[in-house]
Formats: sequence, structure tokens, C-alpha cells
Amino acid sequence: MKQGNIKVALVGNPNAGKSTLFNALTGMRQKTGNFPGVTVEKKSGTFRIAATNGHDDAHVTLVDLPGTYSIYPKSKDETVVMDILANPKHPDFPDVVVIVADASNLQRNLLLFTEINDLGIPGVLALNMLDVAESMNLTVNAVQLAMQLNVPVVRINARTGDGIKGLKEAVKQVAERTEQPALQYFYEPKENEIGLINEVKEIHHLENDYVALQYVCQHDNFSFLEQPVRAKLDALIEKYGFDENNFLANETVARYEKIKPIVSRAVKSQGATEQPYWTRKLDGILLHRVWGYITFALVLLVVFQAIFAWASYPMDMIDAGTAAAIEWMKGVLPEGVLNDLITDGIMAGVGGIIIFIPQIAILFALVAILEESGYMARVMVIMDKLMRRFGLNGRSVVPLISGVACAVPAIMTTRSISSRYERLLTILVTPLMSCSARLPIYAILIAVVVPETKVLGIFNVQGLVLFGLYLLGLLGALGSAWLLSLFIPRKEPSYFMLEMPSYKLPRWGHVGFTMYESVKSFVLEAGKVIMAISIILWVLASYGPGDSMNVAEQQVVSSMNTAPQEEIDAAVASARLESSYAGQFGRLIEPVIKPLGYDWKIGIALLASFAAREVFVGTMATIYSISGDTEDVLTVKQRLIQEKNPETGGKMFTPAVCYSLLIFYVFAMMCMSTIAVVYRETHGWKWPMIQLAYLSVLAYVSAFVVYQVLS
Amino acid sequence: MNLNKERMSARTVSHLKKGEKGIIKSFTDRAMSLKLLEMGCLPGCEVRLDAIAPFGDPICINVGGHYSLSLRLNEAAVIELE
Repeated sequence: MKQGNIKVALVGNPNAGKSTLFNALTGMRQKTGNFPGVTVEKKSGTFRIAATNGHDDAHVTLVDLPGTYSIYPKSKDETVVMDILANPKHPDFPDVVVIVADASNLQRNLLLFTEINDLGIPGVLALNMLDVAESMNLTVNAVQLAMQLNVPVVRINARTGDGIKGLKEAVKQVAERTEQPALQYFYEPKENEIGLINEVKEIHHLENDYVALQYVCQHDNFSFLEQPVRAKLDALIEKYGFDENNFLANETVARYEKIKPIVSRAVKSQGATEQPYWTRKLDGILLHRVWGYITFALVLLVVFQAIFAWASYPMDMIDAGTAAAIEWMKGVLPEGVLNDLITDGIMAGVGGIIIFIPQIAILFALVAILEESGYMARVMVIMDKLMRRFGLNGRSVVPLISGVACAVPAIMTTRSISSRYERLLTILVTPLMSCSARLPIYAILIAVVVPETKVLGIFNVQGLVLFGLYLLGLLGALGSAWLLSLFIPRKEPSYFMLEMPSYKLPRWGHVGFTMYESVKSFVLEAGKVIMAISIILWVLASYGPGDSMNVAEQQVVSSMNTAPQEEIDAAVASARLESSYAGQFGRLIEPVIKPLGYDWKIGIALLASFAAREVFVGTMATIYSISGDTEDVLTVKQRLIQEKNPETGGKMFTPAVCYSLLIFYVFAMMCMSTIAVVYRETHGWKWPMIQLAYLSVLAYVSAFVVYQVLS
Repeated sequence: MNLNKERMSARTVSHLKKGEKGIIKSFTDRAMSLKLLEMGCLPGCEVRLDAIAPFGDPICINVGGHYSLSLRLNEAAVIELE
């Protein structure tokens, strides 16, 4: 008997409504973390069940386990399910398992149920999507089902919240049972399996036959078993001549043999079962060879419009707000180092983080809507063949599209890719999609070097160059994926097999919650790193060795004493930056970037823009000491055009230099936030460092070739 | 369950025309067959080709009237029909 605190695990097939039920049960009382020992994201939450006849309130901790079709994992994430359920010592080992089943497809959903049942963990079956079943002319008799399966069966509607109360009651009752009913196995071991099972049970002190079989089949996935223990199990398998593949197929078939009569008694169909009418009609259009792509193009257009046009209003407001707040703070605090650190370092850093919030929020809301509605699965189908040629998967489309806004949320969306290999490949190439932070750099360099003329009467050459840069990014992403796939060994076979959910209206509450969660995790996780780098950069740009910065300032002031104050201030800022650590660094790396056509000033901008690309334009403005509004592209542009190369006496920003810079920014991974998010998503420094290295080499070599060919 | 390796010329789900139905007989790939079984593709189950992606691959099949499953042609070629 279990009272007070109850641990519950939620399992179910993908698309059975598991996450909807999780949200319905826990509301906002949920958090994300990692399962101990493994690098798989864990969603957990809490809820209370009110007291009934003499018992106290029950406090439930609910853990959402990865969606899976069976307990035999097909991806790395799915191994978590059995790593917990086969190990009673695991901190997340549940007192009760809630199995969510899609009532419209009961036979397949019951496979997982019978497997979990055989493990001997008390369970409750939550029958979801009864409305879909009804629209398919199916009626499900829950009482009949409960009698045959020997567990409580609760009819729920996770979307509306109907039946949630009953489900909680059932969980409480099962947890508080003084005695569990005798376990009825759905799979009875074959005679040749019994010897092996008994030996494993004896060695590992197990009581359950099926858990023993899982030790045999899955021990390599069990983090709680030491290597020598695994080796002993391998020896046992050898001794009994156990054929795992054969067993798995036979077991699954045997389970379905048991399930079939149960389903045919509990589920009655009136007329032909068929998918909902609208799903069939919409699939006719959305998977059509012409209409499918036209619809997809229109959807993309709306997404781009949202990210670039709609997001710009809140972003401008945040930008102005940050600037105003910094200005205000500068005035309030006493002048000095602390003031500069708080305003130019920390507050500017925070501003650099929150400026991305509108784009992340809008993007995640749109992706959530597309996913909830069922459309995303169709996009994956129409793009799979193309993606496969490059070692990717149809599922890679979502992150690549999102990458045009910002690589940070885009990389977060790769979680839906079940193959670890394809997910990693997608993460590695997503930063090549030209993100919105590159747009200001593209804009100014194109304005400097590309004439504002038209070709063929209609096409603006500047627009064509811009389009070309985006296309180059896409080709770079696909090409790199293909190249990387040659070097990174594929450990899991590539599967596509994807359930096409029926079309549904999105649940707006869930869309809002996804938006909130993604923004929160971005601000908290990636934000920390961006902030740290901002502070480091501020220190490097604000301090120089010894007294060098003040000396430089004095020289400027004494040589320009007749000039207007504005010009002096600008020249001072430029001189101070030149003699700061950042400036010294620019000088230091000059030999390295010289072959690309850049001088030390561009070097500083490159260094500064490493925190975030959009810093480039601002830094160029500071370095070239533009007086007045540094945000005004025209002034920066004119100043760049006038800049003379001290060695040749000609223009500094020749077409060769500009194109070299453009190409550099198309390929280079100049973004701390991306590195931070890749670190977070791959759980280590290995992949972000490899990614940084290959993208830097790609950017350097391409920029070198472009400069050398054009100059 | 039958694993037919030699009869590669048998009719499979990848040969279905749009709207055409077939009854699953067996699978020719072990690893894939387990995944397909778990996804509800059982011997004796009726499947119907519902849609073909624009470049001919992947395809979408209706499994037993219950749900729509999308799979690549090489995955579909593993499912032999009666």
C-alpha cells in the first residue's frame, strides 16, 4: 500500500495524446531536466488528488516517458523507458504506470499496454481519442475492456479535460491497494525460454519472468548493469542458444494473437472504419505533387513574413527599450567602471538576449500550430526524398526552415528527429541557414559593393545578390550534411516510418505553453553563455595594457583641439578601441585575416561579432568613428566607401573585400548562442567544437578563394 | 511468421497502385519487420495505398482502416502481400 507521495509514469504511443494528458494533469506545475545518468530530456510535474474516505490527500509526481510503440527501443531516447521500468531502484521508478491509448487504433496501442502489464508494475489504462473512434464508426466498451485486461480503464478526453478526475481517482486507488491482484501474463514464455528465464531470475533475484526476459534482450541498454554483469548475460544467451531477433518477432505476434479477440469483443464497428473525412480530403491536396508544394511554399511565406516583418515591431521596441534603460542607468549610477560594466557589459548583454525573444516566440508558436494540426508530418513526407540524398531525414526540414530566423530555436526543434545520427547531422548544418542576424551585415556590404541597377528590367541586382546568399547558405547546409555523413559513422539504421496523425485544430493553450517554455529555456540556458561572453568582450574592448588607452586618447584630443566636440568624441572612441585588448587582438590576428583581404579594424569587428553577428555593423561604426547615429546604414555605408587602404591608397572596401566578407559570414559560425545551444542539445563540448572548427575552415577557405580570385 | 529471403520477386506494398488494396502476408527483413509489427502491420491485415509523395517516395498506406502510415519505398518493399 502506498499513501501520501505517489510516483506515476506516463507511457504511450506517439500521437496517442500523451503530452496533452501530461499537460492536463499537471497544468503549469511542470519542469524539464535530464534523466539521471543519461542525456535524455525529462519532463516531470506534480498534481494532488483530493482525500477520499479516510485516506489523506495524495501528492503525485508524474514523469513523462518518451513516446514509443513498444518497450523495445528504436532510438536512443526510447531506451530510457525500460532503463527506468526494469530497475526498481531508479529514482523515477513508478508506483503506478498510466498507459495512454488511442481508442481509434486500439489493437496497436494495446501492444505496449500488454508489455508494460507483463513487467508487473500496477497500471491504469487511459482510453483517449474516443471522439476520433466515434467518427470512425467505432464504439469502445471500457468496462468490457477493463474486465478482460484486468486493470482499471478510464475514458478520458485529454484535449477537453473530460475524465481527468476519474483517472486521478483510479491512480490513487491502484496506488493505495493493500494487495496487488495476481499478475496475468499476456505473453507466456515458450518452453525453450523457461530455463534461461529461471537462471536469470535466480542470479538477479527477480520475481518476474518478463523482466528477466528484458535482462536478456536489453541488458546493453540498462545503465544500472555493470559491464561484467552484461558479459555474464551474454554468456547465458550463448549457453541456451537464445535467438533474440526470432524471439522479438514471435513475442510481438503472440501478443497480437491475445489482443485481437479482446479488441473484437470490446470494440464494435458500425459500418466501414475509415479515417476522418477531412483527413482524407486534405491529404489529397497537401500530398499532391503540385498542390502539396504550392501549399508548402505558401506556409513558408507566412512563416518568413512572421519572422521578418511581424517580429520586427516588438524587436524594435525591445531595442529602443534596452537603449533607453541603459541611458537611464548610466545617468542614475555614479560614473566609473561599475557603471560601464553594468550598462555596456551586463545590460547590453541582456538586451542582446531578449531581442531574440519575439522571433523565438513567434517561430515556436507557428511550429507548434503546424505540428498540432498534423500538417508537419505531411511536410516531412513531401521533403523526405530530397533530404535523404544528403544524409538527412524528412524530419530535418523543420529545423532548416526555422534556421532562417535563428539557429537557436531551430536547433531546439531537432528534438523531434528520432534518429540520433540524423538529429546530430541536422544540428551540425542548421547554422549554415542564413539567420536574421546576418541580414544587417548582408544589407550594408551589398549596399557598398553592388550597384543599384536592374537586370532584364525587373530584377534588382542587390536583391538577387541577397537571394543568392540565402541560396548559398542552403546549398552549404545540404552539401555539408552530405560531406559530414561520409565521416560520421551511422550507428542506427535510417527509418522514416511515420504515423500520419489525423488533422486537428491546434489547442491554443498548448501553443502558448510551448511558446513560453521555449522562451524560458532560451533565456535561462543560452542566455547565461551570451551574457558571460558579452561581459568578457566588454572587458576586452574597455581595457588596454597599462595606460595605453588613455595615452591614445590624449594624443587624439591634443591633435584635434579645433575640431567640433562630436568629431573629437568619435575619434577618441576609435583610438581607445584601437589600443584596447580587443584592438591589440585585432592587430595580432591581422596576419591571419590578411589573405582574406581584411585589416585589423575588420579583425576587431570579426572578434566582436563572435558573440553575435549583428554586433558587426555596430562595431564597424565605432571603429570607423562615425559621428551621429550609428544605426543609420547610410552613414556607415558612406564611411565604408570612403575608407582608404593605407597600403594601396585606393579604396579599402573593394568588391573583393566585400564579397570575401559576405561569403565569410554566410558560412562562419559567428554566434555564441548557437554554440551554447548545441552544447546543451548534444550534452557536451565535442560537437559544438567540431562544428565551430569545420564551419570556420569552410568560411576561411571560401573567403580566401573569393578574395584571391576577385583581387 | 515467414521470412522469405529467396522470393524477392513477390508482390509487395511498394508495388501497390494508388487506391489499391492488399493483404499483408509476410516480411523479408527481420529488423524492419519488428518495427512494422509494432506499428500495427500484421500478417492478415489489409492495407491500402492512399498517397504517393511527389517524387514517388515515401508513400502513405492505410493500415487496417485504423490509421495512415507513411513509409519509404525500401521499407514498403519489405512487406509482402498475398
